[in-house]
Amino acid sequence: MLLLIPLFPFAGFVVNAFLGRRLSKSISGGLACLAIVASFAVSVASVLRMFGDPSGALQQDVYTWFASGRLNIPFSLRLDHLSALMILVVSGIGSLIHIYSTGYMHEETDGEYARYFSYLNLFASFMLVLVLGANFPVMFVGWEGVGLCSYLLIGFWFRKKSAADAGKKAFVVNRIGDFGFVLGMLLIFATFGTLDFQQVAAAADARAIEHGLGVMTIATLLLFLGATGKSAQIPLYVWLPDAMEGPTPVSALIHAATMVTAGVYMIGRNAVLFSHAPTTLAVVAAIGAATALMAGTIGLVQNDIKRVLAYSTVSQLGYMFLAMGVSAYAAGIFHLYTHAFFKALLFLGSGAVIHALAGEQDLRYMGGLKKYLPVTYWTFLIGAIAIAGVPFFSGFFSKDEILFRTFTSANPAAKLLWTIGAVTSLLTATYMFRLVFLAFHGERRAPSPEAPDRAAAAQAHDAGAHPEAEEPVTHHGKAHGHAGHIHDAPPSMAIPLIVLAIGSVVAGYVGVPHAIGGSNWIESFLEPSFEVSERARRTETLGAEAAPAGGGAEAVRPVSVQREQQGGQSGDSSPELPLMAISSGIALAGIGLAFYFWMRNRAAADAMALRMRGAYNLLLHKYYVDEIYDAAIVQPIKLMSTGGLWRGVDAGLIDGAVNGVGQTIRAGSGALRRAQTGSVRTYAASLFLGAVLILGWYLFR
Amino acid sequence: MVPLNHYLVLSGLLFSIGTAGVFLRRNLITVLLSIEIMLNAVNLTFVAVGRYLNTVDGQIITFFVMTVAAAEAAVGLALVIALFRHRETLNPDAFTALKW
Repeated sequence: MLLLIPLFPFAGFVVNAFLGRRLSKSISGGLACLAIVASFAVSVASVLRMFGDPSGALQQDVYTWFASGRLNIPFSLRLDHLSALMILVVSGIGSLIHIYSTGYMHEETDGEYARYFSYLNLFASFMLVLVLGANFPVMFVGWEGVGLCSYLLIGFWFRKKSAADAGKKAFVVNRIGDFGFVLGMLLIFATFGTLDFQQVAAAADARAIEHGLGVMTIATLLLFLGATGKSAQIPLYVWLPDAMEGPTPVSALIHAATMVTAGVYMIGRNAVLFSHAPTTLAVVAAIGAATALMAGTIGLVQNDIKRVLAYSTVSQLGYMFLAMGVSAYAAGIFHLYTHAFFKALLFLGSGAVIHALAGEQDLRYMGGLKKYLPVTYWTFLIGAIAIAGVPFFSGFFSKDEILFRTFTSANPAAKLLWTIGAVTSLLTATYMFRLVFLAFHGERRAPSPEAPDRAAAAQAHDAGAHPEAEEPVTHHGKAHGHAGHIHDAPPSMAIPLIVLAIGSVVAGYVGVPHAIGGSNWIESFLEPSFEVSERARRTETLGAEAAPAGGGAEAVRPVSVQREQQGGQSGDSSPELPLMAISSGIALAGIGLAFYFWMRNRAAADAMALRMRGAYNLLLHKYYVDEIYDAAIVQPIKLMSTGGLWRGVDAGLIDGAVNGVGQTIRAGSGALRRAQTGSVRTYAASLFLGAVLILGWYLFR
Repeated sequence: MVPLNHYLVLSGLLFSIGTAGVFLRRNLITVLLSIEIMLNAVNLTFVAVGRYLNTVDGQIITFFVMTVAAAEAAVGLALVIALFRHRETLNPDAFTALKW
């Protein structure tokens, strides 16, 4: 049953990949949508069945993937509360984005269209394997698979150099993270002798909490390195903003809602292990907070609509890691879940804008779109309100939970982390509403000077560089060409927007905090996934034979203790209400700031940028991180490769050896061939001499 | 009864004469003739030793050698004629085209 969940999209991938060229758009697109919707349906059915199951989890061992000595890896899928939430998000939002894509990509040729949908299906399939995997290797299959699909989809318009480069960048940066992930996985196997999540958790739980730099700390730090690559955290976040070269629905699905949250999910999946390595948690929290703040500030000045959203994603992921780092796993996953709704919505909304403006992505050349794109405007506004953290929208609940848990966490720098989180929250509200005001309000500004080029380029890449499609003779080309005829999203795009907008409003109500009379249902729902399950604990105690006989539910274990402490904290809601008021105030202040600078008095924003030219440029150039990486890593490697490896080792040593052998043999043969005189009598004489010598040797030795 | 050694000495002498002929003479036909002398020297050895050991093997091998020698002479002379047509000479030192 569980296997069907990733298998449906995989089947869709196979069909579209092999027969796509011969299928018409409506068939290949419909097939892809059908596959993912079927997967969603099976997911819902499985989750319902999981609720009926007394153990609260379903597991399917498909087959033994490999077994070698101590290493025994079954290909197992496991559905527990955490992965239930994830598969619903992945397949549900994935379905909406598939549907949206049928509208967004309709200008592609049949073959390209099918290629797009095959990648999208493949992505969904791998993502579902990632979240359903019951052990590290199965998760790793999904982990690498989504990385591959991310690469393929960022570089979908590979004829455009920037897109191909961005794809490569994403791939290479992710490989650095994956390197850490693999090492962490190996270390875990070497330490615990198993790679099954539950067994690892049980084995980790049997150990004392590890302060300092022990084996669990190193393993979790390595895993976290993998997470920073996949989830775009410092220092490996640089690929995500560039990933916006891909089609916008891809940015929404992969680079906002699902794949980039894999790192957060992975930490949640190994919550017990991470809980036993407080050093790692401190690092996670620090990196998360730093990333949130840094990306938030960059987002404030970017002019490309998708880049603003990309930095916003990085920043929100930072929040999630902050939550993970202060052991508020449920809060982090809760934010992951609400973020998936509103960020997918925002990306799809920006896609609708870009679609309507024939590829224009620069905020400076938008403005006044509210009138032309009502559906997009209102849904986008809801998304912006949700992410800004305005009370009673989904983002408010999850972000507030994270801030609250940070404030009350045991981390010595809790107050500092909270301050950073709060500042980021202000930034989030500001840059999101800057986006809203710049794009939808005010005067409609002139298209960019290079607009004709841009439009043509957009047409060209939309059409997969088929020359005949570049001429705006179709009714669509006309509609795209003129500002007066900007059209709102077609139904296939509008419906996902509306559904996601509703989701962005209501998704948060599963986690209404106790302080305002809610039950924080999601936290109690997710909690079983963050502790050692009874079954795994029992096998562990049987194996170790160390715990007392009654070592089941009653046994007080380090993690349970910790959890109870947290439970006590969340019950003690004294600081929660004031904090909630503060963060609501912050959100509204951020919106107010944005309103002042970009609605009321736009000159003030420009003046501010002029006055703080240094800071502005620093932000505009994203802290020059790309340049620093280029100078510190790329150029030295290039230099070493060119000067050292290419000129030195390859050309010098290897070619030298090969050519040297050739030349030596040639010179030797040159000397030897002088013996070949061509005179028959010389040959005969040497033959005779040889015969005599051999005979003489035998006769006289 | 002539002792075996006499035959062997004679055969050795004949072989040496033949060998010297091959190396020293400058006419291909003479070289061929010298080769025949060498072959016959060997034949003499075979027959003599065969007689000495009271077997017919030596004589049988001699027939083989004679047959091969006849074939060799035929091929050799044909080659010599061809070479002569080509170069108008029979000096073996003139045929050094097959070098380097």
